[in-house]
Amino acid sequence: MPTDVEMRSFTMNFGPQHPAAHGVLRLVLELDGEVVDRADPHIGLLHRGTEKLIEYRPYIQSIPYFDRLDYTSMLCQEHSYILAMERLLGVEVPERALWIRTFMDEITRIGNHLLNITTMALDCGAMTPMLWGFEHREKTMEFYERLTGARMHANYYRPGGVNRDMPPDLADDIRAWTDEFLKFVDDMEGLLTENRIFKQRTVDIGRMSTDDALHWGFSGPMLRATGMPWDLRKAQPYAKYEQVEFDVPVGSNGDCYDRYLVRVEEMRQSVHIIRQCLDKMPPGPVRTDDKKVTPPPRAEMKRSMEALIHHFKLYTEGVHVPAGECYAAVESGKGEFGVYLVSDGTNRPYRCKIRSPGYVHLQALDYMGQGHQLADIVAIIGSLDVVFGEVDR
Amino acid sequence: MATTLDRAAKTFLLQELVSGFWLTFRYMFRKKYTLNYPYEKGPLSPRFRGEHALRRYPNGEERCIACKLCEAVCPAQAITIESEPRPDGSRRTTRYDIDMTKCIYCGFCEESCPVDAIVEGPNYEFSSFTREELFYDKEKLLANGDRWEREIAANLAADAPYR
Repeated sequence: MPTDVEMRSFTMNFGPQHPAAHGVLRLVLELDGEVVDRADPHIGLLHRGTEKLIEYRPYIQSIPYFDRLDYTSMLCQEHSYILAMERLLGVEVPERALWIRTFMDEITRIGNHLLNITTMALDCGAMTPMLWGFEHREKTMEFYERLTGARMHANYYRPGGVNRDMPPDLADDIRAWTDEFLKFVDDMEGLLTENRIFKQRTVDIGRMSTDDALHWGFSGPMLRATGMPWDLRKAQPYAKYEQVEFDVPVGSNGDCYDRYLVRVEEMRQSVHIIRQCLDKMPPGPVRTDDKKVTPPPRAEMKRSMEALIHHFKLYTEGVHVPAGECYAAVESGKGEFGVYLVSDGTNRPYRCKIRSPGYVHLQALDYMGQGHQLADIVAIIGSLDVVFGEVDR
Repeated sequence: MATTLDRAAKTFLLQELVSGFWLTFRYMFRKKYTLNYPYEKGPLSPRFRGEHALRRYPNGEERCIACKLCEAVCPAQAITIESEPRPDGSRRTTRYDIDMTKCIYCGFCEESCPVDAIVEGPNYEFSSFTREELFYDKEKLLANGDRWEREIAANLAADAPYR
């Protein structure tokens, strides 16, 4: 047998239309047999130029763009943008609006985790959790629809508050749903947590140590699964997270299984937060009364000339944000979602940089996937929780 | 020792798989959550943002006064308005187009309208076979308003305390 045979790894294209690629991820995999030597993510298939578009819109017209980044945690992203704007504007937000924001962020997180856990289980061969999980995801979207008017692309948070107050029966329905939902989480765990097939597919797959995770810029459940209790809701509380009690679940191995466990426990904690919010929410206004920032109520706009002028100014010219720069980050379902806003004092941002967690997590795919088998790449992508709206922006 | 035996027994008796199957079996007898869609539909709240409509006053006069706020505020720039004074001196639109393929249903047009003329109604079943059918003109929007007026008025009234 000749000794100078050149060994070449087999190159395979994974995606962009593979159902396990979670959207439009294209991976170029270099395989040695079935073992992955290199996983090269090719991104940009969903690039829409969001950051540039935001530079050409008055501030409030950019809010809908944030729904469309990570289209599974819409309001968390709006929250980040609104927070950056509010810090530049220096407006006071009414209590009730902050409580509404807090619990809507948690409902968003539940919807996001439900999608991620169940589709990850689907990638690992379990179909039932997805079919059940989408029932409850549908309920979170119904709550979205009742509060904001749209099932996904809410466009609900505004600088200085939220768009409209919550109808009173919604709080009761959400509270009733939380009991039902906790039972569902137990049921879903009954199917997955101890299941040997699921464990064989996920335990010790895609392990990351805390140091590695920090070097790769991880945040959110991905970082917490490695054992580091880093949560922006605790570390730099925004909205009303200071006044609610919740635990930050951490894993120990940083593998796909631990990420799954962390997410499941986070859903339970979210329910805990939602209940506290509904109990503590005071009545009152949901928008600041600074008429240079927020439009007047419709009834007043129809009666008062001054209010009408403010209304016209706000919807044509928009808000003038004082010059300055600001970074605001929130804990979205996927990790630290940040917006870096540079304002030059006009009604449009000079620059808006978006820090999306999915992009940072995806870059570590190569590092995590090396030496694993092809099928494990699918489990890792599932546990990464990538959504291409925010990766490609 | 006891825990090792316990674990071995659970493993060999397929304990977690059997309990999983039992759970899924029980779900078969639960009430179905799915809807038989074209015949059954889920509930909608008064805030739902669906297909656009231009409304009229009860006397038949169109509400829109061509202030062009919706055109200015539209993030997708889907609205085009042209206007001139009518023979009776009142200012009205001569053209009011919405490109429904551009529209992102954010609701800013409805929010900005000072006379409640442009609204996003409760209809979400307006798909079409051609792109051209989704370029709505004033006639189509007013027809929508006439068809959906009852629902739209009820929704606006129900949501008025929150606006």
